[in-house]
Amino acid sequence: MLGLKTFGFKILPEVFRNIIKPPATIKYPAEKTETPAGFRGRIIFEADKCIGCKMCLRDCPAGAIHIEPTGVAKQFKCVFLLDRCLFCAQCVDSCPRKALTGTPQYELACFERDQFEDVQE
Amino acid sequence: MDLVVRLVYMLIFPGFLFLVFYGMACDWVDRKLYARFQNRVGPPWFQPLADFIKLLSKEEIIPEAANQNMFRVLPVVALAAALTSFLYIPVWDLTAFYSFPADLVVVFYLLTIPTLAFFLAGWNSTSLFAALGSLRTLIQLFAYEVPLLIVLMGPALLAGTWTISEISAFFVQNPSLLGVNVIGLVVALVAIQGKLERRPFDIADAETEVVGGTFTEFSGRLLAIIHLVVNIEMVVLASLISAIFLGGSFGLGPIWGFILYLFKTLFIVTLLTLLKTLVARLRLEQMMKFCWKYLAPAALFQLLINIVVKAFLV
Amino acid sequence: MAPIKIPFGPQHPALKEPESFNLVLEGEQIIDTEVKLGYNHRGIEKACESRNITQCIYLIERICGICSHSHSTAFTKAVEEIAAIEAPPRAQYIRTIVAELERIHSHLLWLGVAAHEVGFDTLFMYAWRDREVVMDLLALITGNRINYGMNTVGGVRRDIDSGQAKQVLESIRILVERTNYYLNVAINESIFKARLSGVGKLPQETALRLGAVGPTARASGIARDIRKDDPYAAYDQVGFKVVTDEQADIFGRTMVRVYELLESYRMIRELTEGLPEGPIAVKAPRKIPAGESVSRYEAPRGENIHYVRTNGTEIPERVKVRAPTLANLASIREMAKGGFLADFPIIIAAIDPCFSCADRMIRISGDRRGELWNWEQLRDYSIKWYQQRGVDLSHMG
Repeated sequence: MLGLKTFGFKILPEVFRNIIKPPATIKYPAEKTETPAGFRGRIIFEADKCIGCKMCLRDCPAGAIHIEPTGVAKQFKCVFLLDRCLFCAQCVDSCPRKALTGTPQYELACFERDQFEDVQE
Repeated sequence: MDLVVRLVYMLIFPGFLFLVFYGMACDWVDRKLYARFQNRVGPPWFQPLADFIKLLSKEEIIPEAANQNMFRVLPVVALAAALTSFLYIPVWDLTAFYSFPADLVVVFYLLTIPTLAFFLAGWNSTSLFAALGSLRTLIQLFAYEVPLLIVLMGPALLAGTWTISEISAFFVQNPSLLGVNVIGLVVALVAIQGKLERRPFDIADAETEVVGGTFTEFSGRLLAIIHLVVNIEMVVLASLISAIFLGGSFGLGPIWGFILYLFKTLFIVTLLTLLKTLVARLRLEQMMKFCWKYLAPAALFQLLINIVVKAFLV
Repeated sequence: MAPIKIPFGPQHPALKEPESFNLVLEGEQIIDTEVKLGYNHRGIEKACESRNITQCIYLIERICGICSHSHSTAFTKAVEEIAAIEAPPRAQYIRTIVAELERIHSHLLWLGVAAHEVGFDTLFMYAWRDREVVMDLLALITGNRINYGMNTVGGVRRDIDSGQAKQVLESIRILVERTNYYLNVAINESIFKARLSGVGKLPQETALRLGAVGPTARASGIARDIRKDDPYAAYDQVGFKVVTDEQADIFGRTMVRVYELLESYRMIRELTEGLPEGPIAVKAPRKIPAGESVSRYEAPRGENIHYVRTNGTEIPERVKVRAPTLANLASIREMAKGGFLADFPIIIAAIDPCFSCADRMIRISGDRRGELWNWEQLRDYSIKWYQQRGVDLSHMG
């Protein structure tokens, strides 16, 4: 059952090829991969387009987005809770006025919980 | 004066301290090469040392049901046996510091002590996985020990002595005879994988099957010692192979002899790593079959060649 | 030696998720296995009942990290059937392309895991390195490496443009080459093959009796594939063959998966080249009319069943998910019987288990201690439990 005729024949050439090849590992954060343009990351809010309909709020699966009044009439600010956000960008699709746009920014980690509050006006 | 020399030999070079650091270096070479073969980056050079220091600083947990003294002593026994066995192997010179007739047999049995100590340690841990692992260790011992002993007999037979230093010296005088032992060298390298419990024979501590195997319950300092023993065993076995099958330092004098020694042992470590890269883990019963069906007959065949060569050529 | 019982899990290095298998061993041989579910219950079905359909898609998608597209497609398919809307052809094609890419990444992942379980770490590293190619492809098309968020009721959310299509074909070329190499490795590397063949036998009748699905069933010679039996998305417009194997062991399951990879590459090529023009989604109503539907989907691990009942509001009344692992778990006991302890990790891995997908609340009938609580009782109990420990959570909704 344990025929040794073909042992190592297929894997050995690949092993030797790998000695010359540079490692496949990417040494993040020293070097970064290119993210594709459509990568789902941080969402940008444009206050002048927002009408305060809160459709984004209704569709957000994680309750990560809040639209709050600024005090000025018909002016709204947007609070993203980045620790809750799952970056599905459904709010971008749900917004009737295209006030929200996705960006490929993904390095959003931080040390304190309150820093996850991304307030955009 | 003699005592000082002896102490330096035993504790500093090429005894305890050298072995510890060279063991770690070999461990690093092994891990780095393994990673590069797999197209990974691998650890930085100080990784084994850092691991060792980290383990020293960790909490030591001993199972309540285990015999506390046994639990503490067994890793040290294994360490002592591995260290002692190195004293009979020539490093930079053709003769080892301590050398007496038939020391090959003594070294061979000293190298069995760590395995037995590990078996007892696992059995004493009173954990299911440790018990399974230690049983596997013992069963494995019966598979690789016989071929290993037979192939070590080959060169000894050729040289007509059981003393490591003399075998080494014999091959320096007759370097052409080294070529006779090629099969023996291959068998020895495979059997060593079993002794060091490395792939394809890492059955006793196969993590996907028996968790930590023999060492499941070990932690902290004791685990650090166990890792040290395994590293030192690797150095000792590589040195043994180099002395017996490759002619050791070839009598080139202390400096060049030592460089040659390093080169040869690292070459053996590289071969061991390559073997580890190419294979999957065997099952216990497959290992038994392999060792008795292929490895032991190959070793006997080598012995036969050596007898014929001895009778007609030497 | 008397039989001993060893706990394989809930925490064990071979298991990537908690699940308990108690093995009865005689020496190294397995006499019997007890499978215990329920260590990873997350209450997703219940959580769906308090979210609207759009939110549910993202929750359902997160049932499984590997086959997330399977779950969201099965769910949207059910909702679309209730609402009597149909996704346009381009959307169907894109769904199928993502589904097949997901199958590729799942099968390559499986190959790596299987290699690791039998201690062949070199193959494990190579397989996962090459899996990055398909992960990058998924990130390019969908914007995420996992949990793609492609589906919406009435279609898909993102289009595939010509540049992406070109990249897909390019990457598929690399993957075909690599997969052929792995096929060679699996067939020719004698130690790897020795560890897989003859292990975990599941004869055809047993597989049928225990209701095995997916590659597990197909390796036992059962040509059962939802893509062929009950075509959805664009599977009726693309030619492929259902891969089966007669060996009924783990080597057979490996072969089925590797050949399925090659089938998937062919399908993706065909789908990408023949992508029809048109819109990628139709407008769906927010309120789904009352109704119920069952939808089936061939996930990488096997048949995935979703049941959805709506009541005319935005929120579904009941969602029920049957993940493929649940169907395959029963066969583990049969496969492990008489095998060695050393084979058990690979036997579990061979069904490609996803335990958290499979864990459901089960009512065991006939058990004397059984007691059924409703939501309110459960809530009261948990509030009381915390109050006894000095935490007051009664204000929480």
